[in-house]
Order: sequence, then structure tokens, then C-alpha cells
Amino acid sequence: MKKTKTFTLKNQLGLHARVAAMMVKVSNKYQSKISLEKDGTEVDGKSILDILTLACPQGSSIIVTAEGKDAIDAIEEFDRLIEDKFGED
Amino acid sequence: MESERIKKTAVFWGIGVSPGIVSGKAYVLDRRDVKALHHKLTNEKAVEKEIERFRKAVHDSERDLLVIKDRLEDSEGIGPLFIDVQVMILKDEKFLNTTTRGIRDRSINAEWALSLTISKYRDIFEKIDDSYLKGRIKDIEDVVQIIFRNLSGDVHESISELPDKVILIARDLSPADTVQIRTEKILGFATDIGSKTSHTAIIARSIEIPATVGLKNISDEVHTGDTVIVDGTSGVVIVNPDPEILKRYEEKKRHYLVMEEDLLKDAVLPSVTLDGYSVGIGANIEFSDEIGSAIMHGANGVGLFRSEFIYINKERLPTEEEHFYHYRRVIEAEGVKWATIRTFDLGGDKFISDPRLAEEMNPAMGLRAVRYCLREIDLFKVQIRAILRASAYGNSGILIPMISGVEEIRDVKKIIDEVKEELKKEGIPFGEKVKTGIMIEVPSAVIIADALAREVDFFSIGTNDLIQYSLAIDRVNERVDYLYNPCHPAILRLIKQVADAGHKAGIKVAMCGEMAGDPLYALILLGLGLDGLSMTPLAIPRIKKIMRESTLKESKELLETVMRFSEGREVENYVRGYMRQRFPELCAVNHEVSEPIC
Repeated sequence: MKKTKTFTLKNQLGLHARVAAMMVKVSNKYQSKISLEKDGTEVDGKSILDILTLACPQGSSIIVTAEGKDAIDAIEEFDRLIEDKFGED
Repeated sequence: MESERIKKTAVFWGIGVSPGIVSGKAYVLDRRDVKALHHKLTNEKAVEKEIERFRKAVHDSERDLLVIKDRLEDSEGIGPLFIDVQVMILKDEKFLNTTTRGIRDRSINAEWALSLTISKYRDIFEKIDDSYLKGRIKDIEDVVQIIFRNLSGDVHESISELPDKVILIARDLSPADTVQIRTEKILGFATDIGSKTSHTAIIARSIEIPATVGLKNISDEVHTGDTVIVDGTSGVVIVNPDPEILKRYEEKKRHYLVMEEDLLKDAVLPSVTLDGYSVGIGANIEFSDEIGSAIMHGANGVGLFRSEFIYINKERLPTEEEHFYHYRRVIEAEGVKWATIRTFDLGGDKFISDPRLAEEMNPAMGLRAVRYCLREIDLFKVQIRAILRASAYGNSGILIPMISGVEEIRDVKKIIDEVKEELKKEGIPFGEKVKTGIMIEVPSAVIIADALAREVDFFSIGTNDLIQYSLAIDRVNERVDYLYNPCHPAILRLIKQVADAGHKAGIKVAMCGEMAGDPLYALILLGLGLDGLSMTPLAIPRIKKIMRESTLKESKELLETVMRFSEGREVENYVRGYMRQRFPELCAVNHEVSEPIC
């Protein structure tokens, strides 16, 4: 199963190291292959360095894709994390 | 020549990230010597061994990070979370694979492969537009640094072997550095780069030692063994301070150590005695950056802005604009009701190399302060112009140091008038009501205080020099230190004479020496009738609290009693006994800010 959703990053500093770490933690919880895509560049959602090199400031639009049997749950959790601005103000 | 250069006083401004003041010997952590040696591997077996060595270094690095995390667990903020991120970077599959592949494919050693990995990431981050995200390469570099350290088997200088406590100076402190630091050996930190949330800052706050970061190039300029003062409250670091500055900071340090939270809470309350007598409380500051802290500690104004640091630390003379910037900043700062700027108070040797300024046998009594300014009038005028221009922005005064006779102040006033005329002609605004005052610190000035009072708008008594000159003791000579006693009957009489002469002429008399900030003398000074006391900001809350809990009447009685004694130590002991009993919490033995005399 493959599930895809597009998000806009609302937290102030964008995808910085701690936020990237949270995404990796979420990705690692699922068996699905998770990938993040911005402006045509696709990276591994389970690699913090990959996510950092994606360089997403505030307002960036990213596409999260999960491929595997728990894909729906994974995307749902990403939804909560990103909408909640990663717990930042 | 070289040794002369490095012993020159230098000041660095940065960000104070962990409060407190400390002085000590510098230890410079120099990492430029740990260049990774690059070499080729000759066979398959060596490659496998190298990969194994790399994996072990990664493993050890994780262990190091977890040790740091443990240590940070109780501390505030994002410290522990930050370590989690570093562990995650360390264990990132992509990162590890890139490096191990580098070792295998190119038959190179781990250090080499790791350098290639990090430069690959550097290239990627270099292309990022967002400056914050671009700076995140630092997170990866920190991790790489830890691995490097572990690869080298840690032949790095070991701070734990230091014989004495030091102030650690570095470009930056990575988690790898801090894990090896035996914190009991460290008095304070000063680093080139960093911010309030950087690792150094977090560590410093958690172990409660002063730290200033963002000092730009301090690690290049300071040498191991130099004397350094770190003021983590104001974000200032002073290298090779002269004995006078060092002494002043020792005083600040003592005040800092006795500062308490609840005192600070009441610091903004007025300084009025129970019988309604009010004393203006000012702050003595060295840098315009200190103004915030001064107001927070309850200062109503700035009683003494020492302008020397505008000169020191410069390759050339400061411009009028540089002066103006600092003076205006102080004068118009929020909460500052008045500001007194003291003109240059040192000898010319402090900032220019002029063969005419031969080294003096006794600089305290040499060509300095107003004497020097009256000789170098052009230089003096630059400062006067800047003060006058800044005076347009608020209540302010010019304070002339080291006046010993009437002719000096008349000459100075003539110069001030000339500068005012120039400004008027040029249509540049200045404060019409700017006051002119003098420091009373030379005994001759006390004796002719009545004559001087007719020349100026205010007096400010500088007790440090007045005591030194009157009692003929060199303040920085430890062998005669024991004679330094603000309670010497001669000193009390001198102060009284100045206060009386000033009041008779209808001008205000303040004090800005160390004595003004010592709780022990608060009532004595009140009794002497001083209109204002200016002191190091940290001393203010305590002095104000004493004022609020006492009366002018009892102060006068106490003064009357001690004025009858003939020995300095009698006065000292009596005042000490009285104040300890009267204000047990504010003048307790462990709060003593002055050295016991007997």
C-alpha cells in the first residue's frame, strides 16, 4: 500500500535538527518505507542527515510518502506531528 | 617585543551566557594541531581493520554522548534533547555507510574517509539559502569532531592533568571536549563562537560557572598563562588587566557572591530612610553594555561611567562617533535618570606608543587623567565634544578626574566652553544643562574644596585614590595593603570636609569609590551627609535595603560616636560591631565585602 500527503511546514525555524530527529523517530516506528520530497528531491525519512540536507525553511511544502502495510498509520502520525508544529510555539 | 604585545590589556565583548565573575589564568584549548593524518591502506586486511576501528570510534562516541546526556539530565532546557539529536546523527546509516564505503573503495584510513564525508555534507549545506538551516552543518561537524577524538585514541591535551584551576579559552567547546573536562578544574569559559543555547552555555549554566561566548577571536589572541577576567553577566572578557582593573573585578566578584535573589527582588524600591532622607543611588560602570544589569540591580542613574575602555583595546584612537555611541547609549537608556561620564583617567601610555611618554616610576602620581588631557587638548576635545553631543539625550554630567588645583578646572571649563561654541556654530545640539563636576581624590582638592566648589556643579569623592594618596599607600602593593582603611579618622574627616564645603556652596556631593558600595559603611556615609552614592551594580540592592531600614538620625549618632575615636581600627571595629548587630543579615561575616582590617 502506498500513501502520500503534502504538508506545509509552519514551525518557525523549519526542519532543523531536533525536528528532523522527531521525524526520524516517527519513521522508525513503522515498517513502511518512508520518503520525503521537496522540489523534486526525494530523501529517506529514516535518515536524519538526509532530512537535514533537504533544507526546508518555514513555509516549505513537503510530500511525505509511506509505502508498506502500515502506511496509513504512518501518514496519520506525520499529519499530527507537522500540524502540531512539532510541539514548538 | 612579543611578550610586551601579549601582556597588553585587551577587552573582548561577547554574549554572557552563564552569570558570574571570575578571574584566573587562561588555558587555551588549541585544536589546530589535531590534523587528521591521511594515509592509504595497503591490503584488504588493513581495510577491514580500519572499518572495525571506525566502528569502535563511533561506538565510543555514542558512549561519550550518553555520559554528557546523563550529566545534563538535571539541567534546564534542551540540553539532553540536543544530545539525542547528536546520537541520531552519529548512528545515521547513510552517514556511516558513506564513510565505511570511503574506507573500502578508496583504501584510505578512517580519518581521511571521515573528512571526505563531512566535506560532502559541507558542500550540500553550502548551497542552502536559509541561513539558519545552513548553519546546521555545525551539528554534524560536532559529531564528526567526537569521532575524530575517539579515532585518535585521545592523545589530546587532557584538561584533568592541569595543576591549577583555569579559565578555559577555546574556539568552541564541543560535547566531546566537555565530556573530558574535569569541571572542578574550570573556573570559567570564554569561546570565540556560540550563543545562549550552545553547548558551552548549557554546560556552564548546569555547573554554575561564568561563561561568555561569541568573543570572535579570543582563542587566537589569548595565550595560556595570561590573566583573564570573565564576566558572564555582562558578556565581557578582559585579558591581562592591569592591577587596578583586576582589583575592581575582585570587588565585583565578592559582591556577586553575596548577592541573593530576594534582595534583587526589592532592588527597585526607593533608597529613602525611615525618616524620609533620600540618597541618589548610581552605578559605576565600565561598558555601556552594563547598563541593563545596573538598572535591574536598582540604580537610579549612572554615577560613574569610566570611559577608559573606549580607548584601551584599540589600534588607533577612538573617533568622536565611537565615544558618542557609548555615551548616548548610557544617557538615554531606559531607567537612567542621570548619567555622569568621567573623562579619560589613565596615562597616555595605555593607548598610544609615544616616545615622549616614557615609562613612569610612579604612574599613579604621574602624567595621567586631567593632566594628560590638558597636555593633549585635541584628544581631550574629541571626548568632550562627544559627551556634550550625547548630553542632548538626557540628564548628564561631565566628571573630571584627578583635579588638584583650581587652575586645572578653570582650564578644563575653558575647553568645554570652546567646544560648546564650536557645536553652536555648527548647529549641532547638545545639552544646555549639562553639569560639570570634579572627582575629589587628591588631598589638595579636599583642602581647597571651598574654592573648587565655586567652580563646579558637583563633587564626586573617589575614595580609592583619596585613601591611597592621603595615607601614602600603594593600593596594588600587597605589603602595605593592611594600611588601607576607609575608617581611618583622617579619611572620615576629609570626606566630611568635602561634604560640608560642597553643601555650603550649594552643590551636590556624591561618592563613587569602593567605600560607597560596602554595606559596612552605609550608615557612616549617610551620616556624613552625602547626596549620592555610586557603586558597582551588584552592591546596590544591599545598600538600598540598609537605607530603607535606617534613619538619618541614627546615622548621625553613629558618625558622632566614631568621630571621637583616634585609631582607625577602633572605628573599624566599632562600625563592624554596630552594623552586624543592626543588620545581621546584610552585614554578616560571610557577606563581608571588605577585607577584615585587624
